[in-house]
Amino acid sequence: MLSSQIKSNEIVFGGCNKDLLEEIIFFGIGLGADFVEIFIENTDNSSVLAEEDFITSVSPSFGRGAGIRIFKEKKDGFVSTNDLTKHGLMRSVSQAIEMLDITNNKKGEAFSGLNEHRDYSLSKKKWINEVPSIHEISEKLLVSTKSLKKNDKIITRKGSYSRNLQEVIIASSDGTYVSDIRLHQTVGLNVIASDAQYRSSGSRRFGSSGMPNEFRLWNHEKAANEVFESSMNMLYADYVDAGQMPVVLANKFGGVIFHEACGHLLETTQIERGTTPFENKLNEKIAHESVTAIDEGISEGSFGSLSVDDEGMEPEKSVLIKNGILKKFISDRAGELRTGHKRTGSGRRQNYSFAAASRMRNTYIAKGEHSKEDLINSISDGLYCKSMGGGSVGATGQFNFAVEEGYLIKNGKLTNPVKGATLIGEAKEVMPKISMCGNDLELAPGFCGSISGSVNVTVGQPHIKVDSITVGGR
Amino acid sequence: MDSREITTQISKAADFLNIKKWDYGASFSNDYSVQVDKGEAKQLKASQKQILTLRVWNESNLVGITTTSDISESGIKKALNQANIASEFGNKNERTEFSPLAKDPIEVKESKKRNPFGIKKLLMLLREAEVKLIESHESIKSVPYNGLSESFYERVYANSEGAFRSHNKSQAALYLYARAEEKNKKPRSSGSVKLGYGVEDIDIESCIKDASNKTISHLNYSSIRTDKYLICFSPESFLTIINAFSSMFNARSILDGVSLSNKNSIGEKLSTEALNIYDDGLHEHNISSSPFDGEGTPTKRLCLINKGRIENFIHSESTARIFKTIPTGHAGLGSKVSVSPDWIVVEKSEENFDLNTSLDHSTYEGEFVYIEELNAIHAGVKASQGSFSLPFDGWLYKNGKKISIESATVAGDIKYLLKNIVNIESSKEVTTSGISPHIWVDELSITGDA
Repeated sequence: MLSSQIKSNEIVFGGCNKDLLEEIIFFGIGLGADFVEIFIENTDNSSVLAEEDFITSVSPSFGRGAGIRIFKEKKDGFVSTNDLTKHGLMRSVSQAIEMLDITNNKKGEAFSGLNEHRDYSLSKKKWINEVPSIHEISEKLLVSTKSLKKNDKIITRKGSYSRNLQEVIIASSDGTYVSDIRLHQTVGLNVIASDAQYRSSGSRRFGSSGMPNEFRLWNHEKAANEVFESSMNMLYADYVDAGQMPVVLANKFGGVIFHEACGHLLETTQIERGTTPFENKLNEKIAHESVTAIDEGISEGSFGSLSVDDEGMEPEKSVLIKNGILKKFISDRAGELRTGHKRTGSGRRQNYSFAAASRMRNTYIAKGEHSKEDLINSISDGLYCKSMGGGSVGATGQFNFAVEEGYLIKNGKLTNPVKGATLIGEAKEVMPKISMCGNDLELAPGFCGSISGSVNVTVGQPHIKVDSITVGGR
Repeated sequence: MDSREITTQISKAADFLNIKKWDYGASFSNDYSVQVDKGEAKQLKASQKQILTLRVWNESNLVGITTTSDISESGIKKALNQANIASEFGNKNERTEFSPLAKDPIEVKESKKRNPFGIKKLLMLLREAEVKLIESHESIKSVPYNGLSESFYERVYANSEGAFRSHNKSQAALYLYARAEEKNKKPRSSGSVKLGYGVEDIDIESCIKDASNKTISHLNYSSIRTDKYLICFSPESFLTIINAFSSMFNARSILDGVSLSNKNSIGEKLSTEALNIYDDGLHEHNISSSPFDGEGTPTKRLCLINKGRIENFIHSESTARIFKTIPTGHAGLGSKVSVSPDWIVVEKSEENFDLNTSLDHSTYEGEFVYIEELNAIHAGVKASQGSFSLPFDGWLYKNGKKISIESATVAGDIKYLLKNIVNIESSKEVTTSGISPHIWVDELSITGDA
């Protein structure tokens, strides 16, 4: 059960905390704060690892904590604590006030009490009883890892599952008072294949939010086949020759290129830092006209979806780029305060120990009109990136990410598998080179690490063609 | 509650629940940090954190685990209960025990715990540092990534057989990443990180100077032609590579089949006989040192590569038992105990006859690529396959001049890299992740877009 044992003067999960929260916010405002936000969470997580034909790790964890953020003009003070008593929360408010050097000579904004409680958790309290048990998870993981053993070249097989159940209470001095329960489940399969001096690996990860039954419905055989085939295809692959070339990026996780190369640069935290080349480009063309890009938190069951963000706002569907024209930035409360871009329901954080920041949710390039074959047929000498690895974006906007499974394109046809490829570029140079978008948009779950910790996201796109990009290799 | 009281509380709760064998690891911390933006405070942060990881052994001697931030009496009981339930799924094929060294004496050097400076002082120091860095060169327009922090923490390990270890520490960190802009050129960015036991130990002026010099040194840049080059790895970048492929020395990775080494790799020649590599968690320059690992095993200096050959693997209790040796102090407490290195020290051995000692990064006049810093390690390293393809910051030295390299990657294979070390410079440098001299490697692939 998520609901905690309650003492008076302490936060009650699943109960009414209005009086206590109001008292704490009044306290902060009375000390001179412009704005007070309280984020409280209670987590109940589990993870299971299967290796070869055994369960080798079962790790439950649970925790409680609060993050308190005080704004004074454009600066903010953030204090996190595990102490959820009235005394502990008041002490955290005092600490934040003191950090900001606020004296109550000048009163902060008025606070007229919390609004009516918006409780998004009502229909979700049963989830904890509906998610699969450790027994059930273990059995299915073992079946999954067994089905990876398709020949003797597979030398390691792993299946992993994790479930995060997070109950949150958010209250702030603009009257926001909401509760929610979030459920995220992920399952992944990995293999390493080996034959003499050759080695390859294959992996796939699946994830959902708010769907307790999803793991039961997961098609482990299809997943195992994909992972096995990927590792076999890459086992004897040659290293790719480095150079500039056109590439076709596959759908689903291929969307990581947009996430890393462009999405991060459209977060208002980047405007605050002065590190995005797109800061003054609103309503200007920043990408090829074939590109429309969206960030939203509303697709049912998608890994980056949420009923309400970590600042108490319902998520929007934000069209970031429409036909190549920059239309919107991804913004949170601090982003709105410091850059003027309206909040988009994108204030997110890993947990109570991080202040929320503008972060992506489900981010994807919209589908176009071409088939995958159209894209490949249009290239005489290039690279098809079927499966992407991780990536990162540097302080001046340059990005890179690894190609897990790649194939050469020769005269419009897929030919030999190649390994060791890395795609390198800069967003503002690559976005105008995305010249063709396929009609096969699909999403894939992932984790994004940034200023407010690691958050669940979805990346996605149809197959896309980039006319020219630097491919790192040997 | 202090750590002794928590241990007593766990012991009582375990007795109540009829749990005979247990251990735990915990950390309790208070952290303070500041960030600034053009002279103004941007975000000021304080956090108080407690994390408790409890393991219990059931009657079949299978282990279950739970992690919690709730160290109240009820929280501890709940954690023990959860761990007990999880123990039903304990790994029957690789049983975990207490470390046989968990009660051995530990080497506790002079306490380096400092007193807090406090948020206001941190803010003042960081504001001053930001101003000085911006004023250090006309092209430096901002310091978009900056932070000054101090942490005070206690690490604890205890078990039901009476082992109890506690270690109190403080640590401070300053990072400054500047952004330089010049007309008709791409913005360039670089920075510096300094660590200390407390803020008073951090050389702030040196951090400003390093960040400024590094950033300015990248203002004149050029693309590089894709080819194979003679490479000089900075101490920091060589340590990054060694840490990324530390699974070669990791008994856990070997057992899991994700290492390039195997059980019989001790003695395998990996590199020139001039190369020695140690893991030395207790090194005086390791600010993050801890005298014991997650299982309570004392930390110690361990030779990983001796004269180019693998000398030792790093171990937890269970991997050591399987390899018929003793734990080395590298375990991390978890349902599946992890193993990782602490602090890598690279040295030149006496056997240096096969080196080309004329290669010195400060005097060599031939063409070479100097790799200052490797990036995106999580994306570009395949440790289980030995391959890497990594973007880097660095310079091309040619005809006595150096020019910053724009957007390039270095790719190769770790075994090839180690075998092709052609010089190990004599002087070593202390970095935030270990100690190493400059290392020269011949014929590595660089991809650029020239």
